[in-house]
Amino acid sequence: MTEKVILAGFGGQGMMLLGKLLAQAAMTDGKYVTYFPSYGTEVRGGTAVYHLIISNEEIFSPLIEDANTLIVMNQPSYQKFKGMLRPDGLLLLNATMIKLNDPPDARIYKIPATEIASKLGNVLVSNVVMLGAYLAIKKLFSADHILGQLHAILKGKKGNLFAINKQALESGMQAIKS
Amino acid sequence: MQSIYEKPKMLIDTATHFCPGCGHGIVMRLIAEIIDEWGIRDKTIGLAPVGCAVLAYNYLDIDMCEAAHGRPPAVATGIKRVHPDRVVFAYQGDGDLAAIGMAEIIHTANRAENITFIFVNNAIYGMTNGQMAPTTLLMQKTATTPSGRDPINYGYPIRICELLAVLEGSSYLERVSVSSPENVRKTKKALEKGFRTQTEKKGFSLIEILSPCPIYWRMDANESMKYIDEEMSSAFPLGVVKDWEN
Amino acid sequence: MKQLLTGNEAAAEAAIQAGCRYYYGYPITPQNELINYMSVRMPQVGGTFIQAESEIAAINMVYGSAAAGGRAMTSSSSPGISLKQEGISYLAGSELPCVIVNIQRGGPGLGDISASQADYFQAVKGGGHGDYHTIVLAPCSVQEMADLVYDAFDLADKYRNPVMILGDAQIGQLMEPMEFHKKPQKNLPIKNWALTGAAGRKKNVIKSFYPVKGELEEFNAHLQKKYKMIAEHEVRYEAINVNNADIILVAYGTSARICKEVVKKSHRFEFKVGLIRPITLWPFPTDIIRKMSEMVQCILTVEMSAGQMVEDVRLSVEGRCPVHFYGRTGGGVPTSLEIIKKIAEIVPDNRVAHTLLQLTEVK
Repeated sequence: MTEKVILAGFGGQGMMLLGKLLAQAAMTDGKYVTYFPSYGTEVRGGTAVYHLIISNEEIFSPLIEDANTLIVMNQPSYQKFKGMLRPDGLLLLNATMIKLNDPPDARIYKIPATEIASKLGNVLVSNVVMLGAYLAIKKLFSADHILGQLHAILKGKKGNLFAINKQALESGMQAIKS
Repeated sequence: MQSIYEKPKMLIDTATHFCPGCGHGIVMRLIAEIIDEWGIRDKTIGLAPVGCAVLAYNYLDIDMCEAAHGRPPAVATGIKRVHPDRVVFAYQGDGDLAAIGMAEIIHTANRAENITFIFVNNAIYGMTNGQMAPTTLLMQKTATTPSGRDPINYGYPIRICELLAVLEGSSYLERVSVSSPENVRKTKKALEKGFRTQTEKKGFSLIEILSPCPIYWRMDANESMKYIDEEMSSAFPLGVVKDWEN
Repeated sequence: MKQLLTGNEAAAEAAIQAGCRYYYGYPITPQNELINYMSVRMPQVGGTFIQAESEIAAINMVYGSAAAGGRAMTSSSSPGISLKQEGISYLAGSELPCVIVNIQRGGPGLGDISASQADYFQAVKGGGHGDYHTIVLAPCSVQEMADLVYDAFDLADKYRNPVMILGDAQIGQLMEPMEFHKKPQKNLPIKNWALTGAAGRKKNVIKSFYPVKGELEEFNAHLQKKYKMIAEHEVRYEAINVNNADIILVAYGTSARICKEVVKKSHRFEFKVGLIRPITLWPFPTDIIRKMSEMVQCILTVEMSAGQMVEDVRLSVEGRCPVHFYGRTGGGVPTSLEIIKKIAEIVPDNRVAHTLLQLTEVK
């Protein structure tokens, strides 16, 4: 098993955290994992893209040329990275911010992540909504396993954010199931 | 028979490479006297610059460190952070401190490092055969200002004490000279105050010493001392520029 | 316990665990995680962290702390390392131990902030003025970054010599599971040369100036003798699949990871590809490469540069077999596919080349 995920959005949409939660979960499961940010010169806005590889075998290049999964949060990221998805790959997109004019040859799931997050009361958890959707499709890790990682990250002052993140994760999973 | 004047113990009994009439020997001696009198040989670390005083470690019998040209403030910072309880001083000339090492001295002052800087200003690059220094006086002739330092091309003499005084991190700044026995005594007092600033952890101290270079000033020793009093001291006024006690 | 860390963070924490208590740095991408980490951790362990006014000041602060007997480190990326070269020459000339982490980015000039291996020359050939060497260690994973930082401090102290860790933007920013498990080496020489204040002993002087005729030549002879000893005892490399190999790849750091992938893919074919991965770039693993050159059809050096390490490979091979080069510059990272295509191009055996081309279609 080797899962290659490209995560992209604009800076501030929490793609870094999304990937880190998956990477931590993979590490705790004893899998090989590499997680590589590919920075632009912009700190906010722009596109932030992360390459995440999870495997049962040693990983050589952490750079992905042919992704199994592309998770994108905004239109510019979709335009920029759609070419990196394998023909049979999984395309998970934030439907609130991305319009698909000519759908590519891929398994496509449109999740209104920003809208769902706004309804939950915090637009910043749109990333975790996407994570929930991804888990429901790929089933690499259980929701509990991911929640454990979230709990470890949201320590101290951020502790009160756990509840809404949990809701976001569940909403994302629900969006796939329904 | 009682001896009333002798060579300081910290001054190594060797011939120096300084030119006749040079002021460095006087300053070295003062440092040696203070280390003797304070009994601080075992807790003092000195830094030598690149320039005429580079061989200071051949004359002073204490732990010493060389630094690249202009970098003594950075190297001294590195030493002081390892040994905060030692007396750390850096000996620098005008090219070392006020030209190539300007960034380092400003930031070391700004960090209020507990280090004493002994800044020997003779308004010339001696070691490289008499080129202009940042402190060369207006219209002063040097190897690279053959018609005299014209501010249009060469800028103005830099007054380091006044420049550092605006920084909150500087605590004690005084300009002195070695042009007369009276001024040499004042220089020694200023050096002691600099060391005390450090031992009492009051922060950054710098003593600027106007010092003669008869060879590249093209004068004899007496004329050089007169030049300090009459010309240099008007461009670089003597006195305390900043003092944490006042 | 395993942790998910970037190479930059792993280098910083390993330094602290190796007893480094003096860190001086200046911000530059892509090594910012390192300086940021140090600003948090150094105060926690009672160490010194200074954000210096320049790379030049930072390396000279390292010089001061090393002269005073402390374990000191700085880090930067390529343009900043160029600035530090003056200081590194003085450190080598004064025989001061310290560690310099170079997270390489593309050049020349301001270049860009992506991964590159174009600092090989300025790392292994001295880099500043004078006849000197820094010991250069090249990690290819986050785990190895931490392990080599531990070793770097020991090597520096053992030989009184600056040690450079030569990483790149990818190794620095990549996150991988890793753990800290090495302990600092014991029985290192006592630093009786350090500046501490001359209490009850003769004065110590740290310097690199030898104005008396003959002294500098004598000192250089001493340095060369030391470098020879380092070259005899400290060469490190990883050899993969080299027995009966038809072609040997030589690559370090990030390029070597890709070459490992090539070696793995080649297992399905009759043609045998091996890899020599230098871990010490100076001293360079000359002997093993010479030995290999007598047994293989050819050697392919892969770098993220226009061809720098390949010169040392050629000097090791001395014409015994053809030495080819594949490089990417300006932030380009070679892919396994590109390397396989290059192999197909250069192997003398047409049948083998055909097989390899088939392999490229397998992906």
